[in-house]
Amino acid sequence: MSDLRELYQEVILDHGRRPRNHQLPEDATRCVDGYNPLCGDRVKIGVTVDGEVIRNVGFEGDGCAICMASTSTMTEAVKGQTASAAHALFEKFHDLVTGAEEAPDLDELGKLAVFAGVSDYPMRVKCATLGWHTLEAALSGDKDEVTTE
Amino acid sequence: MAVNPPISPPSSADPRAAAARADAAADALGRGYDVERVRADFPALAQTVGNRPLVYLDSAASALKPQAVIDAVTNIYARDCANVHRGVHTLSQRATKSYEGVRAKVKGLLGAASEKEIVFVRGATEAINLVADSWGGANLGPGDEVVVTGLEHHANIVPWQRICQRTGATLRAVPITDDGDVRLEDLDQAVGKHTRMVAMTHVSNALGTILPVRDMVAHVRANTKDALVLVDGAQAVPHIAVDVQDLGCDFYCFSAHKLYGPTGAGALWARYELLEAMPPYQSGGDMIRSVSFEETLYAPPPQKFEAGTPNIAGVVGMGAAIDYVQRLGWDAMWDHEQELLAYATERLTALPGLRLYGTTANKVGVLSFTMDAAHPHDIGTIVDNHGVAIRTGRHCAQPIMLHYGIPATARASLSIYNHRADIDALVESLQAVQEMFA
Repeated sequence: MSDLRELYQEVILDHGRRPRNHQLPEDATRCVDGYNPLCGDRVKIGVTVDGEVIRNVGFEGDGCAICMASTSTMTEAVKGQTASAAHALFEKFHDLVTGAEEAPDLDELGKLAVFAGVSDYPMRVKCATLGWHTLEAALSGDKDEVTTE
Repeated sequence: MAVNPPISPPSSADPRAAAARADAAADALGRGYDVERVRADFPALAQTVGNRPLVYLDSAASALKPQAVIDAVTNIYARDCANVHRGVHTLSQRATKSYEGVRAKVKGLLGAASEKEIVFVRGATEAINLVADSWGGANLGPGDEVVVTGLEHHANIVPWQRICQRTGATLRAVPITDDGDVRLEDLDQAVGKHTRMVAMTHVSNALGTILPVRDMVAHVRANTKDALVLVDGAQAVPHIAVDVQDLGCDFYCFSAHKLYGPTGAGALWARYELLEAMPPYQSGGDMIRSVSFEETLYAPPPQKFEAGTPNIAGVVGMGAAIDYVQRLGWDAMWDHEQELLAYATERLTALPGLRLYGTTANKVGVLSFTMDAAHPHDIGTIVDNHGVAIRTGRHCAQPIMLHYGIPATARASLSIYNHRADIDALVESLQAVQEMFA
């Protein structure tokens, strides 16, 4: 059970149960659907972008605790940030959950560091990154739908 | 083991096949169904996962292999390692004899009229693609309809969808009931004078429902004389004695790997005159009688549908798997599984917040469920940490999930080597899920 607590940390269980920003911003400038065809996880992310800055971000959807918690903590982390800062944060987050050789600086990840346990569960990496991939698409504006294959 | 199952396995109309099965069953019962002895035949069970003994409850995805199957596959590569149908040398003759010998075993398994009606394929998916492409390509056109049921695996939907798009035919689906069954009156609604093909599963992979195929075929025939019936037996063959004459269908297919055989092998059965009339699926070596640049004459069935070097070891392993299950006996396996299913159903439904999907009386050992406490994906990870292997997701049967309005389920599937301790371990691990997400 100790292993599992590494994955399902309190912060993750809490955000899984009570996701934050769990509604699309009314003034969203862009909404994108993200979908994991393997497990059926589905999130829709709405962003309100003002120039370079993410003024507001929210999501709706249905998925496992890892997917919900990762998307929820992501919205908290990127709100008020620039799109390029959000992109840089995703790169660090991606390194964290995939267990990249060069480990990212946990301080820079802040609360997102609780997802470190995901790297021991390769099948769950897509759960942890679905929201992020969807956000990337919403910010770059080149796709209406994202799937993680 | 003196528990009477609530349902009898579908009986066979073929007296010889029935007698053979009765003998095998008597033999098995004479020894008693000794699940521990069966378990000893499966080397993969002798391992730990996460420091706990493996509890394998995912046989509907792929069954474990008995030593007899592993030995048969090894023997092909270690000894009789040669191509089939080609060489005059000893190894090729041995490989050909072993490979071709499996047709008789499949014929016996399905109750086919002739070995020539058995086409070796990669699995049920390839079999359905073969029929959709070859038969469908030659026989479907605008105005024609293909009917499938709402219980189908994607493998019995998508090939039909594609051939319908190519030929201008229309695909229709028979709705399912809330307990996961198909009603004959709904089938009657869907089948009519435009129907050319009815493709149905014998057993639902996601829910375990056994469809009343014999009655359904009778209803199709009563509605039209112009439709053929294909039965996807991938999930049925490991659990119930199949007799295609009794079912009355035109095509039947299955995959070896769900029947304790190797992956990448399977069989398609069809009435010979259908196979004879159908154009080839793939083309190349081994499926021809003569080739010139002007004209090619094809070999007769089944070779016409077996282009290229086949999965020799896989087919030989499939033969060993058929021998293995027939030695155990269908009635003995059925009784064991139904007794275990009743126990598992009782234990699982006693868990608060657990909802079971697929609750018909006539079903195989598949328990598809959701829990209020956690998403199926989280359930899968947590129970795996307890050494329990189950499947989570949509089970390649998205329309079923849509019917119930759920994104996914967790699925525990039972097999001949499962025992009560496996169910107890599953329940214990599900209690851990509830604690974690309390």
